[in-house]
Amino acid sequence: MKLGFLVDLNLCMGCKGCEIACKVENEVPLSSWRLRVKYIDIGSFPDTSRSFTPLRCNHCENAPCERICPVSALHYLDNGIVNIDSKRCIGCAGCMMACPYGAIYMDPESNTADKCTYCAHRIEGGMMPACVVACPVEANIFGDVEDETSHISRYIMEHQGAVQVRKPEKHTDPKHYYVGGGNQTLNPLAHERIEGYGLFNNITHLDHVGDPHHSILDRFIAPIFGGHNDHLKNEGFVDMSNDVETHDKKEGGH
Amino acid sequence: MDHGTVIEATKAVVTLDVALPGIIWGWMITLNMWAKSIGTGVILVGAFLLYRHKKEDMPNLRWLMPLISFIALNVFLLFTLVDLHQPLRMVNIFLHPHWTSAITVGAWMASLFTGLVTLMALIGALDQFPDCRRHCGIAKAVRAKSGLYEKIFPFVVFLAIPVTLYTAVIMAQSSARELWAAPAELVQMLMAAFMVGSATLLLIAEKWSAEARKDLAMVLALSVFFSFLMYMGEYFFSYKASEIEATIAYVHSGGSYNLQFWAAMVLGYIIPFFIAMGSLREENRTMMKFAAVTTIIGLYLAKSTWLEIPQMIPLS
Repeated sequence: MKLGFLVDLNLCMGCKGCEIACKVENEVPLSSWRLRVKYIDIGSFPDTSRSFTPLRCNHCENAPCERICPVSALHYLDNGIVNIDSKRCIGCAGCMMACPYGAIYMDPESNTADKCTYCAHRIEGGMMPACVVACPVEANIFGDVEDETSHISRYIMEHQGAVQVRKPEKHTDPKHYYVGGGNQTLNPLAHERIEGYGLFNNITHLDHVGDPHHSILDRFIAPIFGGHNDHLKNEGFVDMSNDVETHDKKEGGH
Repeated sequence: MDHGTVIEATKAVVTLDVALPGIIWGWMITLNMWAKSIGTGVILVGAFLLYRHKKEDMPNLRWLMPLISFIALNVFLLFTLVDLHQPLRMVNIFLHPHWTSAITVGAWMASLFTGLVTLMALIGALDQFPDCRRHCGIAKAVRAKSGLYEKIFPFVVFLAIPVTLYTAVIMAQSSARELWAAPAELVQMLMAAFMVGSATLLLIAEKWSAEARKDLAMVLALSVFFSFLMYMGEYFFSYKASEIEATIAYVHSGGSYNLQFWAAMVLGYIIPFFIAMGSLREENRTMMKFAAVTTIIGLYLAKSTWLEIPQMIPLS
């Protein structure tokens, strides 16, 4: 058995229902995401289009994160899922440096790496991942890619030539496929990301990863010099008022 | 992009996304690599000098070489630990090692290396100062085994090579960052060790023979030359891979790391090269010490630049 995921971008309407379902199911802290839907606008007004691309861990068969993890916190399950044992993770962030898809984050509450596990706990109980259940248009298709009768295998067969993976040149052999994707939606270097410019937020880069006061030094110094304990409340992680780079220029083009 | 004009028909713009992580491995990892280069470099260059010259030509080398290495390695290990988000779980590397990871292999080798260097530093210091802790039982026992220093030294030199290089393998295993290619990083790590190894020893070489100091100048000149050559190769001819080209744009003219990169090149490579070459003809000890200091500062800046720029580009 080799579990895989396919997203039909022709069907996705960017409702972000999958994002929310994932956050609720896995109790993903604020400012962190296991699954996110990216909006990309293409063209110039009035001939513009907007595409929606759900992004999550690709559960690579040749996963760089598993290879670099020094303590086997990242490991393969028999069904092909790349799982993570947060109790073993030492927080070296090697996996974050290795993952070509930026799918791993440092949990600000547990101070360990975390990522999409295809809801391994739900799979074990015979259920579908939360994002699959939440999708109103069935754009998320999940199943055994080694079983040729499975929905995902049949979908792949029906869309031969249109099925893509992200960054195939990395030889990671991802088990996450897209139908209806293009270079501009799947290649992060093919679209522009303007600092401080977006639809509903104006922050594109975090100042820090994980607990901002994670280091041993901070743990010793913080109680003596005024205490950085805001990480416990998970409020100071993204300071929407102070950490923002604002742009005065006006929006143009679309 | 000019917000006042229309966006080209082929231009794609991210209009909604989550915030991306910024620099993940920052100054602590830079300090880690820099200190490790000093810790292994003094051993490698010291071994080269001992092969070429008599011990009497470098009277303080026997005790200062392992002592400097010991201090640098402890800085390296301290910041390795401090940078972890779960530092107390560092023990998992030894209890649950995953041998495909260069982090694991490196941690084991670096720990063994530091242990051996500690022993050498202890023997070297106690031999150098025979009146120190004269009546201490441990000191007596260490002095009695003084010959161990020469026996373990070849193993320490042998181990210094993989300990220097393993960070390059970690960077190579960081598949998301194309700039860090294994062959280039391996050579750069070795050159860095020779650079700061010779630079650090130059600072304690006041009473050494002129020939030994000349050898140090030669090692410094050659290592900064080859390292600089590799940086320039990356700087000017990186256009084969789009991701590397996008990364190198940060150090090109107008890039946010342009100034830091060239400060590193001038301080760490260009200045030391010309001073060391000049010193090979006619020695100027003051200038050589100046070159040694600029090398050590320049290497830190170069390491910092090269570590951070690949983390600037979006991965998804």
